[in-house]
Amino acid sequence: MIEVLKPGILTSIQDKGRFDGLEFGIPVSGAMDQTSMQQANMILGNKAGDAVLEMALLGPKLRFTSPTLISVAGADMSPTVNGEVIEMLHPYPVISGDVLEFKSAAAGCRSYLAVKGGLTSEVILGSRSQYDGITEASCLSKGAIIPYQSLDYLSFPSGSRLKMDRENFTREVLEVFPGPEFNGLSDDQKDKLFRTSFTISHYNNRMAYQLNEELENILSPIITAPVMPGTVQLTPSGKLIILMRDAQTTGGYPRILQLDERAIDRLSQKYEGQFIRFKLY
Amino acid sequence: MGGPEVEIIPYGARAILLNWPQKIDENTLFQVLNAKKLLSDYYIKQKVYINSAYNSILINYISTINNIYDEILTISELILANNPSESNTFNSLEIPVCYEEKFGIDLQRISDRNNLSVKEIIQLHSSAYYRVYFIGFLPGFLYLGGLDKKLSCPRLETPRQSIPAGSVAIGGDQTGIYPKSSPGGWNIIGRSPVPLFDIKNNPPTVARAGDLIRFVPIDHHQFLDIDARIKAGEYKLQIKPGND
Repeated sequence: MIEVLKPGILTSIQDKGRFDGLEFGIPVSGAMDQTSMQQANMILGNKAGDAVLEMALLGPKLRFTSPTLISVAGADMSPTVNGEVIEMLHPYPVISGDVLEFKSAAAGCRSYLAVKGGLTSEVILGSRSQYDGITEASCLSKGAIIPYQSLDYLSFPSGSRLKMDRENFTREVLEVFPGPEFNGLSDDQKDKLFRTSFTISHYNNRMAYQLNEELENILSPIITAPVMPGTVQLTPSGKLIILMRDAQTTGGYPRILQLDERAIDRLSQKYEGQFIRFKLY
Repeated sequence: MGGPEVEIIPYGARAILLNWPQKIDENTLFQVLNAKKLLSDYYIKQKVYINSAYNSILINYISTINNIYDEILTISELILANNPSESNTFNSLEIPVCYEEKFGIDLQRISDRNNLSVKEIIQLHSSAYYRVYFIGFLPGFLYLGGLDKKLSCPRLETPRQSIPAGSVAIGGDQTGIYPKSSPGGWNIIGRSPVPLFDIKNNPPTVARAGDLIRFVPIDHHQFLDIDARIKAGEYKLQIKPGND
């Protein structure tokens, strides 16, 4: 088991997401940066969508109570085991009593900890992802216990290693597709949409990222319709809202763009004040 | 003679959107729910998840689509080739609501605005049948159609910080029940003791898209009684199967 000594700013259990609850209005959830989650898992020979810990901005302090292999991917939070620095994107053995500690994120803002075989917390509607009112807790708090299958012996995968794209977190460009209401925009608006360098506002979380710069809105509201992670909404006042993994399942604002999956991952690693630009696929 | 037109378009690289005409009415809803049933029954379920609202269905692929236009073709064939012969079966249920002013804190506001007595508001609100169009916004929040126009009332200018779970409210032309305590700007007219969403139940919501709902007025004494029975696990909501 993992015992939470310090929870960090926002640490939660996440996986590929919950797809069976949409008809009840339950958000998809899941790791914000799916690519980093998949990398952390694959290094250990796990399934790509196994449950991991997602840590935001400032990581937690954790104690292991049984032997296993771990790996860390995503933003670098300078992880140490018993005070000794461990390398990111590598399998690392831990035994009972080992203390894993993270600091604040250097580049990017979300880091992922995988454990051999995946975390084995409760499965609800096909997913272990934590969400308020769905799982028992919405994130980790001090003293929380997270189960995993302990290993009798440790074996290291020793084949090829994946080459990682280190620039992924720093690129400003987000690849997008036209959203269902895109064609209602004027040529001027479209032009502005793709030429502006937008900054990420203070309002950014697992549910949505709002942008500071506004785009004059001439679109009328739509009849409430389905939305999904990566949908860019345009509000009546001209604000752009990019829906993220914990977004509500339906919305009434025009859906002008849809982020590519990898663009959602990249945006997940950005924080307040950073720049983004939209580029049509 | 033909049914309404449906538009089937890509939504990003791994989702497809089905749009019916921009209207809120029961005929459109039944078209949507029929198509949704066809898709759930015959379209490869393990690789998609499906979400519907008033006049649209979103089909989201868990992995990347090889060729989105092939999928659109398959979906078009499925939807066009099937007549909605066996119609969906929907339930009808009665939800108890205490409209006393202790809970219905905005009844007076609606009464003043709409020139109706509080008694008339309660009578109008509890005599209609409401169709569940879909569930969205919050887990368990039912989008209901069928509010009497006389009860229509704009949202509060400043939303309240916290509205208790079970609050029954009117926002513009819509009525609904807050499934959990949350901020909100709708006019509160009563409260139901029945939890609308509980993840421990299967299904976690009391109603599904297509079901009919009626609100039954109860007094504060009955409210407390039902509340106690719910807590003791001895209360069951009256749900009647009804063909539409």
